[in-house]
Amino acid sequence: MTADPNAPTASGSVAGRNLDLDRLLAHHKLMWRIRAFEEAALRANTEKLVLGAIHPSIGQEGIAVGVCSNLRPDDILASTHRGHGHTLAKGADARAMMRELLGREGGTSHGKGGSMHIADFSVGMLGANGVVAANIHITAGAAQAIKMRGEDRVACSIFGDGAINRGPFLEGLNWAKVFELPALFVCEDNGYASTTRTADMTAGPGPAARAAAIGLPAVEVDGNDVVALDEAVRDAVAAIRAGGGPRFINAKTYRLTGHTAADPDGYRARDDVTAAWTRCPISRLAQTLADAGVRGDRLADHERDAIEEMDAVYDDAKAAPWPPLERAFADVQDVGDPRLDAY
Amino acid sequence: MVTMTYGEAAKNALREEMHRDPTVWALGEDLRRGGVFGQYKGLPEEFGPERISDAPISEAAIMGVAVGAALGGTRPVVEMRFADFALCAVDELVNQAAKARYMFGGQAKVPLVVREPMGMWRSSAAQHSQSLESWYTHIPGLVVVCPSSPVDNYGLLKSAIRSDDPVVYMEHKNLWALEGEVDNNDPLPLGRRRLLRTGDDLTILSWSATVHEAVAAAATLEKEGASVEVIDLRTLWPWDKERVFDSVKKTGRLIVAHESVQAGGFGAEIAATVSDVLFRDLKAPVKRLGAPRVPIAYAPPLEDTVRVTAAMIAETARVLMKM
Ligand SMILES: Cc1ncc(C[n+]2csc(CCOP(=O)(O)OP(=O)(O)O)c2C)c(N)n1
Ligand SMILES: [Mg+2]
Repeated sequence: MTADPNAPTASGSVAGRNLDLDRLLAHHKLMWRIRAFEEAALRANTEKLVLGAIHPSIGQEGIAVGVCSNLRPDDILASTHRGHGHTLAKGADARAMMRELLGREGGTSHGKGGSMHIADFSVGMLGANGVVAANIHITAGAAQAIKMRGEDRVACSIFGDGAINRGPFLEGLNWAKVFELPALFVCEDNGYASTTRTADMTAGPGPAARAAAIGLPAVEVDGNDVVALDEAVRDAVAAIRAGGGPRFINAKTYRLTGHTAADPDGYRARDDVTAAWTRCPISRLAQTLADAGVRGDRLADHERDAIEEMDAVYDDAKAAPWPPLERAFADVQDVGDPRLDAY
Repeated sequence: MVTMTYGEAAKNALREEMHRDPTVWALGEDLRRGGVFGQYKGLPEEFGPERISDAPISEAAIMGVAVGAALGGTRPVVEMRFADFALCAVDELVNQAAKARYMFGGQAKVPLVVREPMGMWRSSAAQHSQSLESWYTHIPGLVVVCPSSPVDNYGLLKSAIRSDDPVVYMEHKNLWALEGEVDNNDPLPLGRRRLLRTGDDLTILSWSATVHEAVAAAATLEKEGASVEVIDLRTLWPWDKERVFDSVKKTGRLIVAHESVQAGGFGAEIAATVSDVLFRDLKAPVKRLGAPRVPIAYAPPLEDTVRVTAAMIAETARVLMKM
């Protein structure tokens, strides 16, 4: 479909959907920024500038964007080990994030946390977490604090489908429901937990059914359809903010890389992975936008700009100094500060 | 005599024990793909999914099920993937596995091995790098093993599996690829130290990966004219008190070096015991070398600030020996 260059881009309609094209263009741009950040991170891994494990979110950008673009900067997000996209979408500075991945001064956590603990509290991002499902309880607790303080903020956690087999899934959701807390739980259901097909180790009909059994209104959405997810999250957040208690969204997706940058991904058929690329959330949205009349060069600009931005971000991180060694001893505790006595 | 890696040694030990005893089985996440460090590669094909069992990400269930299965007449080997994740299953280990025999008046034992890969490894940061062996030494009912070499990983894992006690078995993540000769097919006794080098002026005692730093330090010191004895404790509880005492009686000086945090570490227990029992034999105060009491940082230079190195051990030794 060839687009009219003068066509208005503020709204459009495809297959009966009313589309806010400006919003969706912003989504497209942000998904490309996440994709390009991850590609740069993978390069850093190949070039051995990242030693620790990184868990790329390539293929799952739709969830980061669909969820976080419905959160305010003062809303809270607690994430997983696969947290780069969530952090970027919540508004963190890509430069500080890449410096963190390379363990450099100027990183979001001064190089002390790295990829798996990427965090930016200034934009409400309470951290990626190295312990699967730990963020579920933290989210319930943050929501409790919001309620106690009488605020209209929302606490959100994004976790993987593997996390639903740990206790915090039951305990944290139950807690949030019993106390009717302003919490949104989003399961990033990519079908795998490391090398294991989640379905092989999970009884019953899945995350949404479990959440519903605890009494949380739960919906299942195609997480690679950012238009659909955007709407589902918008409705859930509105209900939560209006005092309606916790909500649950299961967002189906697929990770297009290995579990970590070092994972040869020998447990998935190549054909499955190749087929999944055709369902990639970025090309899906690009198609939707093209169908609505958005010019191809605008979409291509997003890709190019994102790659340029993240190349620069990577160069900046490479040139950044290591943190001063004293940092190893800072920010441990006030009473018994190891800078005074670490032995 | 066969050369194998630390990881292969453990795999061979487990394989042989599984052939020897049909009640031995292993459970943990991703085991059917050979385990996250490849330490179970080939075993799923050989023994099938029931005896090399995958698990959901449910550490509390993995540990708790193993406790029940041990009480029920099998010998489970639990894979916790990282020692850090075993913290999600501490109730099952500390309140259940370690207590059942005593609380129930000896009616049953809990023959359980809990493999907890430990230690600093390639910028793994605060939640994937911890050495928590001293915690478990504090718990009555548990045996604690920290092998440093392929030969020991082979022989000690065999003993751990045959033991009727719950054994916390901590392999060091940085040692998986370490090659070494394995010259026996038999279990090695729990609770026995390994003497790596004999000497008269100083005893350096260590366990796990830090043993290799101790050996390197001793080689340096030897060149400088000191005669140094190196002991790999191997089993932390029970620890080989008599043989450690014999060594320190001879040398009069002791350094205990370990990767874990020094404050409240197991080095403190050894130092206190040796100082108490051998007060008159000591020519110098017993020295501990452990990590500062800070979490482990991600950036490599910061990570390095908490490492106990051969150079640090040698420097401490020179001070003790007034070299
Ligand atoms: C408590 C705990 N157990 C095990 C691990 C090791 N681990 C890291 S990621 C992962 C798989 C997680 O799968 P899922 O929750 O589906 O997230 P995904 O990786 O698919 O995004 C596992 C088992 C961990 N980090 N924490
Ligand atoms: Mg998953």
